[in-house]
Amino acid sequence: MAPTNLQTQAPVDLAAADAVIDSYQADKSWLVMILQDIQEAYNYLPQPVLEHVAVRLALTPSHVYRVATFYASFSLTRRGRHLILICDGTACHLRGAENLQEELTRRLGVAPGQTTADGLFTLETVACLGACALAPVMMIDGTYFGKLTSEKIVAALERFAAKEAPDA
Amino acid sequence: MSDHAPANRKVKTVIDGREIEVARDTWALDAAAKLKIRIPTLCHHAALTPYGACRLCVVEVTKGKSTWLTTACDLPIREGLSICTNSPAVLAARRMTLELLWAQAPASEEIQALAREMGIAKPRFAARGDGENRCILCGLCVRACEQLGAGGAIGFTRRGVERTVDSPFGGQATLCIGCGSCLAVCPTGHIRGIDRAGQRRMSTWHTEMEMAACESCGALFAPLRQLEHLRPRLAEHIPIVKVCPACRRAKAAKETTLPARPGAALIRNTRK
Repeated sequence: MAPTNLQTQAPVDLAAADAVIDSYQADKSWLVMILQDIQEAYNYLPQPVLEHVAVRLALTPSHVYRVATFYASFSLTRRGRHLILICDGTACHLRGAENLQEELTRRLGVAPGQTTADGLFTLETVACLGACALAPVMMIDGTYFGKLTSEKIVAALERFAAKEAPDA
Repeated sequence: MSDHAPANRKVKTVIDGREIEVARDTWALDAAAKLKIRIPTLCHHAALTPYGACRLCVVEVTKGKSTWLTTACDLPIREGLSICTNSPAVLAARRMTLELLWAQAPASEEIQALAREMGIAKPRFAARGDGENRCILCGLCVRACEQLGAGGAIGFTRRGVERTVDSPFGGQATLCIGCGSCLAVCPTGHIRGIDRAGQRRMSTWHTEMEMAACESCGALFAPLRQLEHLRPRLAEHIPIVKVCPACRRAKAAKETTLPARPGAALIRNTRK
């Protein structure tokens, strides 16, 4: 038998994707923006949604897949509730980003590209966050943490973990 | 500017010291072929648009005082170009390209043969990955699918060192019609497929499909999906979707042979 697709899973509600696509008049020239908004809505890019995007925009599935896998900011697997981007660009690298990444890996128990077992954090490295003056820098859900130290990492992780407490 | 000259205008060019006149914008590779000058290629196919990916067809171009290296497959011949296909710079660049391709696709016998032909005895660079790769990412299969096959059944995925050609989501290629164009054009033996037990299996694309049996002789001759793809593209009277090529030829031969009439000449001269 032919292998089944890797991400066969429960049906995904396509309504949110349709709303995004409609907001761009189903115009295929907005594909990247549509995928960005869809990832915002779903936390990642589920395969059934990407297949639906291809149908709605009259693109081939391989075209949508190519674009979705090209950009590092797109994820085809479910991510944690909070996305940690640790910069390993030139400036951050020179200021010890490697050690800080190890610190994060030690604290979270996951390597870059992985998500913690409780689904709280996804850790990823990036090549630049555009804030080299603050090096070394990391970003959690769009918030910058500059002149980063181990202490600041602990504080930041606690802050974001605490956010989850009320509705946990 | 000469760029607005009519497309069918003839231009003269010099390739390896020999002059040739070709239609303006003829690809340099084709112009060289007319002079029986062979330039090695991997990502080139006459039926597909040039892409310039494999870089093996590199040549040295001179126009006026400037000389530069570029690919011949996508170089349109214009006025005043002089081309050298085997200068030391060309051979050095081509050799390096092939050595890198060898490291990229160490398992490809086609690349090994080309290397031997160019006098490269053994790989200089460490083989990438597990040494089993045959794909050089030239995109010929993607272009064949786009321009000859169903279109868009396969495509590039990811980026940089992780780049691959694959079916969408690494699963069944839903648009694949099993035409085999990708397999036929693949220059490095990467793409695999086989017909077995009534199925066409495009192993590389994780895809398999049912074959159709010839109405006349029963032989399995084409994937059903390919016939369905062809059906709306054929004139109604052509029964191509039912019989295999061999039976079709036999039938056509029968139909086009004139019935024997006593005394009838096959060719008649209408003028005395």
